[in-house]
Amino acid sequence: MTARILRRAAIFALSLLAASIVVFVFTAVLPGDPAQVALGVNATPELLAQTRQEFGIDRPLVTQYLDWMGSVLTGDFGKSYVTRDVIGPQLADRLGVTLWLVGAGMLVAVLIAVPMGVLAAVRHRKASGTVVSAASQLGIAVPAFLAGILLVQVFAVRLQWLPSGGWTPPVQDPVEFLRGLILPALSLGVVQGAVLTRYVRSSVLDVLGEDYLRTARSKGLMPGQALVRHGLRNAAVPVVTVLGLQLTTLLVGAVVVERVFVLPGLGSMLLDAVAARDLLTVQGIVLVLVAGALLVNFLVDVLYTVLDPKLRGAK
Amino acid sequence: MKARLLAAALALLLVASGCSAGSSAFVPDDGSTLAVGFAAEPQNFDFTRTDGAAIPQALLYNVYEGLVKLDDQGRVVPLLAESWTVSEDRLVYDFKLKPGVLFSNGAEFTAEDVRFSINRVKTDWSISIKSKMDVVDRVEVVDPLHARVVLTKPSNAWLFDMASRVGAMFTPTGIADLANKPVGTGPYEVASRRRGDSVVLRANPRFRGPEPVYRTVYLKYYKDPTALNNALLSNGIDVIGTITAPDSIPQFEADSRFNVVQGTTNSEVVLAFNNKKEPLNDVRVRRALTLAIDRKALLATAWAGRGTLIGSMVPPTDPWYEDLSGAYPHDPAQARALLAEAGKTQLNLRLRIPNLPYAVSSAQVVASQLAEVGVTVTIEPLDFPAVWLKQVFTDHDYDLSIIQHVEARDITTFGRPSFYWGYDSKKAQDLLARADRGSPEEQVTAMREVARTLSEDAAANWLFLYPNVVAAKKKVTGIVRNQVSESFDLTTLGRAG
Repeated sequence: MTARILRRAAIFALSLLAASIVVFVFTAVLPGDPAQVALGVNATPELLAQTRQEFGIDRPLVTQYLDWMGSVLTGDFGKSYVTRDVIGPQLADRLGVTLWLVGAGMLVAVLIAVPMGVLAAVRHRKASGTVVSAASQLGIAVPAFLAGILLVQVFAVRLQWLPSGGWTPPVQDPVEFLRGLILPALSLGVVQGAVLTRYVRSSVLDVLGEDYLRTARSKGLMPGQALVRHGLRNAAVPVVTVLGLQLTTLLVGAVVVERVFVLPGLGSMLLDAVAARDLLTVQGIVLVLVAGALLVNFLVDVLYTVLDPKLRGAK
Repeated sequence: MKARLLAAALALLLVASGCSAGSSAFVPDDGSTLAVGFAAEPQNFDFTRTDGAAIPQALLYNVYEGLVKLDDQGRVVPLLAESWTVSEDRLVYDFKLKPGVLFSNGAEFTAEDVRFSINRVKTDWSISIKSKMDVVDRVEVVDPLHARVVLTKPSNAWLFDMASRVGAMFTPTGIADLANKPVGTGPYEVASRRRGDSVVLRANPRFRGPEPVYRTVYLKYYKDPTALNNALLSNGIDVIGTITAPDSIPQFEADSRFNVVQGTTNSEVVLAFNNKKEPLNDVRVRRALTLAIDRKALLATAWAGRGTLIGSMVPPTDPWYEDLSGAYPHDPAQARALLAEAGKTQLNLRLRIPNLPYAVSSAQVVASQLAEVGVTVTIEPLDFPAVWLKQVFTDHDYDLSIIQHVEARDITTFGRPSFYWGYDSKKAQDLLARADRGSPEEQVTAMREVARTLSEDAAANWLFLYPNVVAAKKKVTGIVRNQVSESFDLTTLGRAG
């Protein structure tokens, strides 16, 4: 088992290294000169040269890459060309916002998907089950940003119950923080919830046909009780797996939702940095995102190895 | 175990999201707080090293002040200077400074700071507009409240530029961290910021004048025009600094909660011709392309009919403005005749534009109207600013382009043959030079002549002047109608009732 985990860890490290090269090369070949963007119109050739030197982008790409990788390994993401700020703390700050958003979106998704999915499964032969299935189908077709725009129109612009956007740190004002999180979390979570509902439904349907549930019912439990006591936990395993895989989708959705709701998260930071050709910042953000995705993969892998008896002996 | 893990994760998140000091999107609703929404966010606070309009928009006149400022009619009026005199030969400016002015860090403002600030533009600034100080020979401290600036040659543009960010006054004790901690003499200081969200200004307790009506001002930033509009509609902000989505204006006008104010800007939306390159180096072709376009119809499409038709590179707030918009009335027949005369009946032109809404919608009108006179136009949207700046602006790789020129009095760019217009006219260059060194009266006469020359040469096609449309809650008074300076001037604002 240890060998397997070690091998997985090596793969994780190698993938990260490969990803860092890809990220670096792709940002380096983005059209447009960062020095020129920073200086704006009327930049003179002398100023441009001076600025390129200051940014260090006049050096060979390999040197730039090695320098960047070297400092990233020590936790230093460098200083932004555009904001003239150290990137690391800014990244951490923005990541915090995005994690709140993804977490809240996930919560909404689960709160929708579990009851709806179970309902659709238990009543799969009845009209109400069909309605839920159809609704989830519809929900999948709605992009998160559209859901966001609709929610803003109704709850912010027309009813003026909730803010149309903006971010309040929770330590500063928890009530305002929650009020501001509701609409973005809903627009992200509703769509995700629709996707998840279908997995919950099929998973519960599978469980419903299992022998142990029949046994539980023959012991005198009501069908609902049997499902809650014995079925749901088993049905949850595949659903949790899907949930893990959906994390990346949720992250992509978060980028768009951040723009709609003007949230200062990682996604809006990335879009701004790309527009400003703030290459170091772009590289930092993408690397953090890629590392996150790889890490989730790695952890899921490790978790399987630990949980699944069949894999414990495997190399 | 699980609950404890969750609690720990939550606590971590709380810390992570709270660690960037106390700025917020949440605007408390008391009478002394104002929230203004804008489209473009300052990347940092150092406009001596970072270009772009967003930093001076937030800081100039509010945090930083100069010796002079521009009023909403474009006139140069005193700010930190009580008064000034100009010598007979127009080379020596004597500024009498206001007494008792303090910087927000407590330092006193004296003629020494004038010398420091002006010299620093030449030595430490690293953006192109620093060249506006090239004309300064030296600054002398006559006494603490009397600064004398000596120019190498007479220049009317210099005093005007002193009202922009290059004229901002700094103290040697307040420049350690300009990107994060601006120190100026203005009525506000920067209290905090949250990147991607807002900048918070609060009243500067050391300000010499009366405390501003709004003691705390939230400058909030919205990349997306719809989000900006929604913020005002849902009471998230009190003012939209300038509306960028014209279609949304009627809904504010129709809503009794708001006032909508419309004025002008310095921002000419120009259909640029590559004057240096075939076939646009032929004045007949340029005139034909100008005659072929119905600018009124274009303005209706691109900016809902708001904005001003100008006909040359001069906004109505400049003293030498005259309406030249009738010089080339829409006349496709004459356009075709001119093209035939030039032997250019089968033209294929590349219209390379920034991927911005006003440019995209204008480009479509331009392409379809030029098609009517037999000119085939290929629209190529380029990523702005990066790609447009590189390919069109620097490499001059284009036939036609459409872009806003936002700088004040940027008509002078037509005096530089190396500028991307590629316009090289001895006459215009001489007139511009004469205007800069002459008396104010001579300046007006010569500049008017420059504008007429450009129009005659069809050096470009001035599609329209961008309007300044501000929407604000009724309680906010004193909004400046014309956006002439680089600043969103908070000092004029008041509260109704």
